[in-house]
Amino acid sequence: MNIAAPGAAVQMDWPNAIYRTLKAHGVKQISYVPDAGHSRLIELSHADPAIQTTVLTTEEEGVALSAGAWLGGARAALLMQSSGVGNCVNMLSLMASCRIPLLTLVTMRGEWAEFNPWQIPMGKATPQAFEIMGVTVLRLERPEDAEEVVSAACSLAFDGDQQIAILISQRMLGRKKWTENK
Amino acid sequence: MEQSNALPRREAVKALLADRGDLLVISGLGSSSYDVFDAGESSANFYLWGAMGGAAMVGLGLALAQPKRPVAVITGDGEQLMGIGSLLTIGAKKAGNLSIVVLDNGQFGETGMQTSHSGLGARLDVIASGAGFRSITEISAMEGIADFRPQLHDINGGPRFARIHIATGHVERALPPRDGVFLKNRFREHLGFAVT
Repeated sequence: MNIAAPGAAVQMDWPNAIYRTLKAHGVKQISYVPDAGHSRLIELSHADPAIQTTVLTTEEEGVALSAGAWLGGARAALLMQSSGVGNCVNMLSLMASCRIPLLTLVTMRGEWAEFNPWQIPMGKATPQAFEIMGVTVLRLERPEDAEEVVSAACSLAFDGDQQIAILISQRMLGRKKWTENK
Repeated sequence: MEQSNALPRREAVKALLADRGDLLVISGLGSSSYDVFDAGESSANFYLWGAMGGAAMVGLGLALAQPKRPVAVITGDGEQLMGIGSLLTIGAKKAGNLSIVVLDNGQFGETGMQTSHSGLGARLDVIASGAGFRSITEISAMEGIADFRPQLHDINGGPRFARIHIATGHVERALPPRDGVFLKNRFREHLGFAVT
């Protein structure tokens, strides 16, 4: 692994840490509904010919896609924002009924320094929306924990046949800038 | 929906899956799963009993994971309508080995034959065309199924969309296994992945 630049900048490149960890665990498909917090990981995924990257119209498509990938012997990861978690609820019954691994990484809105009140209801309900369908919720609060948390999630999902959601905290993602800096 | 041209669903699916070779099949919940089961039980079939709107996307994930195997999703108009956005996702991703076959009677069969959007005039074939599918086929005669069948086995020309006009008459249910873990494990074993 060639990591040239020393210091904090490398420490903070958590999207790259997530990407490397997903690769190390053999993830071959990544699907997503875009979010600013996932933009770097989405770029890395698209740039990698060994990963099939699929943009979705709604998050539940990615749950079904992950099931199909697993049926075909491939590991998949699903990227979304917390506002999309509610869209997945019934489709999660597919994973529970068939005991199919699910790994989803969710960037949080509505929980920390949120500007937009419309983001708050689903943000507050996100952990419960997963848990009512049997999904185990893990938290990623600090960039330096990215590899460890994602690695643990991969093992739980793909070896333990579990459905795992990693919620990436809004505090770690940083404030969304609503005004142009000129 | 022109019922005069409508095909009997069981015969249509049986003809579609004749000489199926290494075709992998995902069936949408309800009558489509019964049709696929009735056409011949196989460990290369994965029957959905729920997850309405998800059949096409399960097919896409499978097609991307198994690019050398042809994959067919066989589902109803109601099931596909619930996952209508997935046609755009598939049209964008362009998996060459994926075919989506909609058995279209313009009605929600499992719930009491309420008229669907398809029955009210929506054209799933036109939507699939607009979404970017590489091939669109309209089938309203058994000869059309025989003509289309070779395309199901082509792993390069997809994604393909076929709309088969089927009749609305009552058909006895034929119930496939519904234990999801069993269906998953036997499907993966069929592809050479051992149960751990």
